[in-house]
Amino acid sequence: MAVIQLKDIMKTYIMGDSIVHALDHVNVSIDFGEFTAIMGPSGSGKSTMMNILGCLDRPTSGEYYLDGKEIAGYNDDELAHTRNAKIGFVFQNFNLLSKLTAQANVALPLVYAGVEEEERMERAKKALEAVGLGARLEHKPMEMSGGQRQRVAIARALINNPAIIMADEPTGNLDTKSSYEIMDIFKYLNEQGKTVVMVTHEPDIAEQTKRILVMRDGKLVSDERR
Amino acid sequence: MFNESIKMALDGMISNKLRTFLTLLGIIIGVGAVIAMVSLGFGVKENIKNNISKLGSNLLVITSGGRTATGARLAAGEGAKLTYEDAEAIMKQVDGVARMSASVNKSYQLVAGNQNWTSRVEGTTPSNFDIQSLELEDGRIFNNKDLNSRSRVAVIGSTVAESLFPEGEPVGKMMRVNKAPFQVIGVLKSKGQSGMGQDQDDVVYIPLTTAQNRMMGITYVQRVTLQAENENIINDVQAEAEQVLRNRHKIKAGNYDDFTVRNMAAIMETMMETANSITMLLGCIAAISLLVGGIGIMNIMLVSVTERTREIGIRKALGATYNNILLQFLLEAMVIGIVGGGLGVLLGVGASFAISYFAGWNTVISLWAIIIAVVFSIGIGLFFGIYPARKAALLDPIDALRYE
Repeated sequence: MAVIQLKDIMKTYIMGDSIVHALDHVNVSIDFGEFTAIMGPSGSGKSTMMNILGCLDRPTSGEYYLDGKEIAGYNDDELAHTRNAKIGFVFQNFNLLSKLTAQANVALPLVYAGVEEEERMERAKKALEAVGLGARLEHKPMEMSGGQRQRVAIARALINNPAIIMADEPTGNLDTKSSYEIMDIFKYLNEQGKTVVMVTHEPDIAEQTKRILVMRDGKLVSDERR
Repeated sequence: MFNESIKMALDGMISNKLRTFLTLLGIIIGVGAVIAMVSLGFGVKENIKNNISKLGSNLLVITSGGRTATGARLAAGEGAKLTYEDAEAIMKQVDGVARMSASVNKSYQLVAGNQNWTSRVEGTTPSNFDIQSLELEDGRIFNNKDLNSRSRVAVIGSTVAESLFPEGEPVGKMMRVNKAPFQVIGVLKSKGQSGMGQDQDDVVYIPLTTAQNRMMGITYVQRVTLQAENENIINDVQAEAEQVLRNRHKIKAGNYDDFTVRNMAAIMETMMETANSITMLLGCIAAISLLVGGIGIMNIMLVSVTERTREIGIRKALGATYNNILLQFLLEAMVIGIVGGGLGVLLGVGASFAISYFAGWNTVISLWAIIIAVVFSIGIGLFFGIYPARKAALLDPIDALRYE
């Protein structure tokens, strides 16, 4: 069953006189439990794709079914609630709040889900333990290595038990060793049944996924399952 | 969610202590200034009120002499004369007059034993002691019998008593007023300085008739004081008294009075209005500093929103709604308003006491000034916080996340 279904998605920007189709009639369906990489050169529309899949942006036209619900017409608040409940983000530059501890960072999505503080902290602790950072609950992001920070970010993405994990170049700021560690975590999560969608331009990272979508000029040009 | 937002706001403030303190300072000084200035204004008002009610706000003072149509104008107390009969006529014909006294006064050399002193000697009627609320320390005041018999008796103020009778016990002793012998029959309690800085105890009271006939050789009185039954009817009493005097002095309609009536209530009203204006002026100047403090909040909130654009983006990506972000930043501004207001009250009250203590000015701390200043400062936090908070809440998450 499809967790993500895009039907004829268009995303159009008007830049001065010219019209740019960042996404041009994209049709794709991603099932539960898939591990998908989206590849393509810069300007191919993969970031726009990511923003739309992640409910950070709305398509100009087309239909987007997330977990069975059509969300193309959602307003800002509905999108915010959807992001909170259905999507776990992992970003290239981690995007942790530098003033909060690892535990508080991981607990942040639960604040907006309206979970009580005690339960939040308990769940954040478990999530950090699951990514091997049980000893670093009180550390601030600046006190951790890139690989550790990204693991904190993964713990944060998992905390609300989302339908999909969206990773935007999750290994882009990491050395090779850390990159592979992070990929191992994603693979493990996928084996546990999580749906992972990952944007990357590194072929060796994409190799480790089970399905590779290639984009060019806003169009989906290749869809390869392995 | 509300509790969370308060916590976030406090965290935001604590993580930038110096900036928060400086922003707070703007509000603290503003609120403190409003309270201190209004207290000072109220103090001035209270002073005026006390001074005038000591004189008696239900008093009318009539002196001879008034405005003439043309030519040289004579000072009050000169020209056509008031008489004791005028005063009695007013007492009889005007309703609402509780007491009346008439007086003359002049400075004389006083001698007792080997001491001498120069003081104001006032010839007056016994009712004067009640009207001016003069209280006896010792002895008695003169009565109507003394008045009728033109007795040579004197009631002296405490300054005179100390100067002429340094050994004490002046009652019963003799003193000379301009060489004429008088017996001291009473000593007054000290009243201290008047509002204008005069020593109110440096005075000798003798019967009006004694002063007119035996000392000054005159038949008129210099001053008639009327005490109305209460403050509310004082304007009616004044109008009627003026009419009685015009009739008795045969002044034609259209001509000016040959006497002057001073209405203490009217004087008080004028001075109170002045004091109110001063309070308003001081309060407004202070309110401007509060407003400037509010602009400080807005300024710092705008900087804060810009600085934390990325944080806002992250929070939004993780599911924060427009209202979540709005509340977080609005509460931050309001907490500054509330904390600043609270500390400002302490500063204002402290400053009021300091002004009283060091400058010797009377201050009256007004609860209303405190309430208004605090409500105003919270309102300022709200007002100047809304724009930056809205700006933060409206940020597009994609742009905010990309912000460096």
